[in-house]
Amino acid sequence: MVKQTLDIVLNPLATLGRYSRLLFHAFGAVAELSIYRKNLWEQMVKSGVDSIPIVCMAAGFSGAVSTVQTAYQLVTPLIPRSTIGAIVVPSMILELGAVVTGFILAGRVGARIAAELGTMRVTEQIDALESMGLNSIGYLIVPRVLAGIIMFPVLYVAACFVGIGSGMLIGDLGGFVPAEEFLVGAREFFQPFDPIFGVIKSIVFGFLITSISCFKGYYTQGGAEGVGRSTTQAAVASCVFLLLADLVLAATLL
Amino acid sequence: MISVTKVNKSFNDKHVLKDVSVDIPEGETIAIIGRSGSGKSVLMKHLIGLLSPDSGTVTVDGIDINAITYAELRRVRRNFGVLFQGGALFDSMNSFENVAFPLRTFTEMGEPEIEDVVKRCLAMVELEDVGAKLPSELSGGMQKRVALARAVALQPRYIIYDEPTSGLDPETSNTIDELIRNLADQLNVTSIVVTHDMHSVLNIADRAAFIYEGRMHWTGTIDELHRSDDQVLKAFVTANEYKIGLS
Repeated sequence: MVKQTLDIVLNPLATLGRYSRLLFHAFGAVAELSIYRKNLWEQMVKSGVDSIPIVCMAAGFSGAVSTVQTAYQLVTPLIPRSTIGAIVVPSMILELGAVVTGFILAGRVGARIAAELGTMRVTEQIDALESMGLNSIGYLIVPRVLAGIIMFPVLYVAACFVGIGSGMLIGDLGGFVPAEEFLVGAREFFQPFDPIFGVIKSIVFGFLITSISCFKGYYTQGGAEGVGRSTTQAAVASCVFLLLADLVLAATLL
Repeated sequence: MISVTKVNKSFNDKHVLKDVSVDIPEGETIAIIGRSGSGKSVLMKHLIGLLSPDSGTVTVDGIDINAITYAELRRVRRNFGVLFQGGALFDSMNSFENVAFPLRTFTEMGEPEIEDVVKRCLAMVELEDVGAKLPSELSGGMQKRVALARAVALQPRYIIYDEPTSGLDPETSNTIDELIRNLADQLNVTSIVVTHDMHSVLNIADRAAFIYEGRMHWTGTIDELHRSDDQVLKAFVTANEYKIGLS
């Protein structure tokens, strides 16, 4: 009983310790980035450029649905229709753009990273890198995390543009709010800090998703089943910590 | 020279290596033999610092590899070429790129020179034509040969082979054995072969070290191995001879 209680307390602490140690080694390897430059570019394409279609599609639907639902709720003629733009645009910039992008990438990028590294671990490819005298953390983890930090804000900006654009378009075509009025509402309540907050959030999400997935993949144990377990854990843990970070950032920065 | 002195290693409650000591002189081909699960691969990983002992020391050319920084350890590791059990080729790269990888990473060679070295290494393992193929397009034996070409690309002083013939048919096993023997002769490298295949041991090794239940049970030359009266060693060798039809 005492051992079980201790395990419940100590296991998460041990995991946090290993995660911190991995990050510490990764930061130490940033100095050798010139060796891993090609890898960084490759990861930026895989995590960023290749994710543009799915992120834009998800953001497009989110923006359109936000407009339709906001219009549905604003039934009284006392509220000007431009309010739809005033609600949809900030919610896209402050919340939906970053969170929808984050969730999509936790599934797409996080799972890919964990599966890749997990497979490399169980097939001894990571040992092979180490045995050659290469810093495997620098070679495998630093480019992936940096690519996340660099590309997630780009995807967030793309998601915001597409989400707001689709919201405006569906509002206009569906007869909910003309595009001009949508933009009037958007301008009226626009806060310059909102997009900055969104970019900060996307950087934090990018770091969390890629580093957690790298951690889960790098320390995979137990063959194909272990790779499957790591992949699932990476996607789930990324989503959970993304939501936690979302709350913490909103509470501290807004 | 590599010296392993009184190394102990446990995983959770399982004591895998118990006071293991062995010296591997320069230029020698030593076979580390023992049953599956006896601790051979764990010992192999200690030789290049992939695992650290709970107690005891591993020295390479007089350097205690567990008492140095990670950067220094990486420099020591560059003296090694390792052939892993499954080949451990990088799936995202074709055979040529796999062999070229250490050259591109650790040398200042230009692409034409790298191409020459890679072709020479692939020719050495008789696989000149597979450069464009991905590891998934190669058979198990071919993967091991490409991995061997990669392991020797940087002309290491020590080559470690982890179960080089496991899972291979007898003919391919013989080819791999021949390659190991030729590499030892041509490049004058120190070879450490971790195996339970006595047929390979008799073909390639100068000396054998037998691990039994985590302890270094016996070491000696191949002649001494033939003459040994040690019952445990005899049982292991005889079982292998029976398996390969030599008894």
